[in-house]
Amino acid sequence: MNKQTLPLFEIFIRSKRGLDHRHVGSLHAEDAVQALEYARDVYLRRSEGVSIWVVRSSDITASQESDVASFYDPMDDKPYRHATHYKLPKEVDNM
Amino acid sequence: MTEKTAQMDPRLAAFENKITNDQRIEPKDWMPDAFRKNVLRQMSQHAHSEVIGMQPEGNWITRAPTLYRKVVLLAKIQDEGGHGLYLYSAAETLGSTREEMVQALHDGKAKYASIFNYPSLTWADIGMIGWLVDGAAIVNQVSLQRTSYGPYSRAMIRICKEESFHQRQGYEATMVLARGSAEQKAMAQDALDRWWWPSLMMFGPHDSESAHSGQSMKWKLKRESNDVLRQRFVDQTVPQAEFIGLKIPDPDLKWNEERGAYDFGAIDWDEFMQVISGNGPCNRQRLQHHVRAQQEGQWVRDAMHAYELKRQARDVA
Repeated sequence: MNKQTLPLFEIFIRSKRGLDHRHVGSLHAEDAVQALEYARDVYLRRSEGVSIWVVRSSDITASQESDVASFYDPMDDKPYRHATHYKLPKEVDNM
Repeated sequence: MTEKTAQMDPRLAAFENKITNDQRIEPKDWMPDAFRKNVLRQMSQHAHSEVIGMQPEGNWITRAPTLYRKVVLLAKIQDEGGHGLYLYSAAETLGSTREEMVQALHDGKAKYASIFNYPSLTWADIGMIGWLVDGAAIVNQVSLQRTSYGPYSRAMIRICKEESFHQRQGYEATMVLARGSAEQKAMAQDALDRWWWPSLMMFGPHDSESAHSGQSMKWKLKRESNDVLRQRFVDQTVPQAEFIGLKIPDPDLKWNEERGAYDFGAIDWDEFMQVISGNGPCNRQRLQHHVRAQQEGQWVRDAMHAYELKRQARDVA
């Protein structure tokens, strides 16, 4: 018996045309085609979507939350990137 | 199914059905070649506009009047670069590469918004670009959030969300000038005089004259016509100008009670045609600068590639 663990795939579903694919979960499969079929059986039993993407989990490179300080922190002192930062008189505020 | 669709290529029938039912077309869907070409033209033109549009603003980074205005301007220009990226990526879902699109721009085969061929002569122009040029772009882009090509629509939604600060900072900077010294107010008025008409031209030719409009409207790539969008922009902008005591440079501008909208004067379409066909004040400069930036950045891309090859070799060893 083959005891090798099947590779893990991340599953993304487009719930409706026009919307982004969204991550819904993961599953094990031999290959991408099989992952697609499993995803259909697991995540689309109630017509939850119109399109599925499967990606090998090992192909995903992720940022680490522990690095957040050096990675994102400088954004916090840039309030001028937000529309609400610019105070306009109420007559013209609807912009 | 109607008789007409029964005789059609079933793939075309399915495509038209999606359009009729306000469904988005997604990259892996079958689509007519003419549709693919049309979206690609529109998206690449839009992407080029975002990137070329960085130049007139970039002109003032080192000369912004305060450090605060400088960081705001930098943040805005950085956004525009990002918007170009969103749009190029959306266009790449149709099988064209970034390199091909940039090459088409350099060869003069792809266009960008003609307004960026005007120079930014004074600091007041920076306020005007945010208030008027981004204001006009937002009117157009809000409408395009409902465009029928999915990736384009999603890029528009993202861009509109980020863009709202651009217009507000522009108006606020203009307001400060308009309420400043006589010289500052005159500078703001001068900038408005120069940017007003090109801003109206941004919406493109009148509906009756527009080359691509009819088909784009049928495909719902465009959701509202050039003239409808232009009118919306005029109606929202005139009161904003009045509020800060600036005068729109149009003697024919008048509120039309019956229409509930402003009537405005004739647009100089000869000027528009001149600028769009390469004879505006800065066309050559804009393109040359883009080509030069591309060439001067080559060593960075080469270095990154060399590093990647080295890293791969190390991982193997």
